[in-house]
Amino acid sequence: MTTILAIRDLHVAIGHHADATNVLRGASLEVGAGEVRGLVGESGAGKSMLGRAVLGLLPANAIVAAGSIHFEGRDLVAMPESERRNLLGRRIALIPQDPMTSLNPVKRVGAQISNLLRRHLGLSKRDALGRAAELLVEVAIREPRRVLELYPHEISGGMRQRVLIAMAFACDPSLVIADEPTTALDVTVQRQVLQLVERLRQRHGAAILFVTHDLGVVAKICRTMTVLHAGRVLEEGETVDVLAKPRHPYTRALLAATPRADRPAEALRPVPPALIEGLWAEARRLDGQLAMAAS
Amino acid sequence: MADLALNRSVAPPSRWVAGLKRGGARLWIGAALVGVLVLVALLAPWIAPHDPIEQDLMSAQLPPAWINGGDPAYLLGTDSLGRCVLSRLIYSARTAVVVALIAASLAAAIGIALGLVAGSFGGWVDQLTSRLIDVWMAFPPVLLSIVLAAVIGAGLTSVIAAIVVVDWTRFARVVRAETMVQLQRDYAAAARVIGLSRGGILRLEILPNLVPLVVTLLAVEMGIAILVEVILSFVGISVAGDTATWGGMIAEGRQIVYQAPWIMALPILCIISSVIGFNLLGDGLRLVLDPVQRR
Repeated sequence: MTTILAIRDLHVAIGHHADATNVLRGASLEVGAGEVRGLVGESGAGKSMLGRAVLGLLPANAIVAAGSIHFEGRDLVAMPESERRNLLGRRIALIPQDPMTSLNPVKRVGAQISNLLRRHLGLSKRDALGRAAELLVEVAIREPRRVLELYPHEISGGMRQRVLIAMAFACDPSLVIADEPTTALDVTVQRQVLQLVERLRQRHGAAILFVTHDLGVVAKICRTMTVLHAGRVLEEGETVDVLAKPRHPYTRALLAATPRADRPAEALRPVPPALIEGLWAEARRLDGQLAMAAS
Repeated sequence: MADLALNRSVAPPSRWVAGLKRGGARLWIGAALVGVLVLVALLAPWIAPHDPIEQDLMSAQLPPAWINGGDPAYLLGTDSLGRCVLSRLIYSARTAVVVALIAASLAAAIGIALGLVAGSFGGWVDQLTSRLIDVWMAFPPVLLSIVLAAVIGAGLTSVIAAIVVVDWTRFARVVRAETMVQLQRDYAAAARVIGLSRGGILRLEILPNLVPLVVTLLAVEMGIAILVEVILSFVGISVAGDTATWGGMIAEGRQIVYQAPWIMALPILCIISSVIGFNLLGDGLRLVLDPVQRR
């Protein structure tokens, strides 16, 4: 499996030099072609920042302080803005978190999808609308021609999310970043949306980086997963392995905090970043001693 | 997968009908007043009973036709030089409409452009524009217009220039603020993720969202432009002396207000109804144009 996204030692800082806060502190991650990788962690772990860094959507006061993000062999961080724009929407796409606000309220659904197709695929207006209708059929929207004529506020939240999913896969991207796409939806719609994402992934052959705090979602559709805490990768591997025998105490705590029908949920025992820092330092010290003893 | 219910079937034509209904009485009264004003201005040479500058000193200060001593040939009476008041009111509408349309459009164009730039670039560009607006607004606008008209000389062009120079700030301020708000919305981020450039986002995504706001402002600004023209012609620095203007008529009527009150009252009525017309039209159009209010 070829690697399409390789993030190495990524540092992202928010704020000015003196009082900068590091939200990502040396995160590394790889996504192979066609892979579905879950990226989990509690609020503030930096998982959304990581997705945003790949898309070049960091807030105005945040900068990539160090590290690289290689997409299909080219570094997105070092790449000129115009080149990166050419990749966005075409090779890298986003399924945004909030379907209610991610569509332009004053433009018809059809115009929004066809603009994307015309921009990246160079289709004519008529062809783009035709293709847009096909895409809506793919996401199980009946009467696509009629929906194309509607404004976003005239369709339901679930349908808006499906329009956004259709737009994400519209140009056959090789990487789709799904930023908590099910969080704003109710549970029944969530399931449909997950099935849909999985079906479109198979059809279009894209890899997905699924950013979420919901381990249930990860267990359902991600083959591999990465656990992020305080801006650093704690654990990664096959989803079944990580969930069955988590190596890191934080992952275990995260699992225990997931509500399940068969047992009462525990509150997530927050692991203070300082403690983890301490553990890392301890581990490095022990490594050093072992190395010394060996030599 | 079950299709989510679309509880309404809306065809494009009915959407417009619904919009026009929602505009309500304001829209229709405003449109009627403005329509009459524009028609009168366009058709002035055909509907005016007399030449507006033709003097007839034998029949000076005639009262309106239905009052004792009135002459049916002069429906609204004559002024102190024996000129037909009705014809002068009709020809004055031309000046008012030309000033309102051109000055308001130019002010809008400049204000919107600067507002978009300031709102989207932020930083020193925004600081510079905002301070410029602050300074501009700290000076009494009518006085600034008078100074300008005095400096560039009287005439239609200088009236328009004076209004544009003063009133672009009204658009710039509102557009800047709204641009900043809209850029924070998720759909603007989504537009970046499909690879649109800053200019593309402003033109294709933000500007359509500003249309209802700008239309309202534009209509209000046309009313204001009429007022400014009235003030400038009242103090005698608008168009050339013998051209009929409402402000000029008020100034002339003021001197004989006890003998012939209608000469001053009639242009005031015209001004009030035009300004109210523009304001109502602006309100009504905002309701029609804003698709989010099309619920």
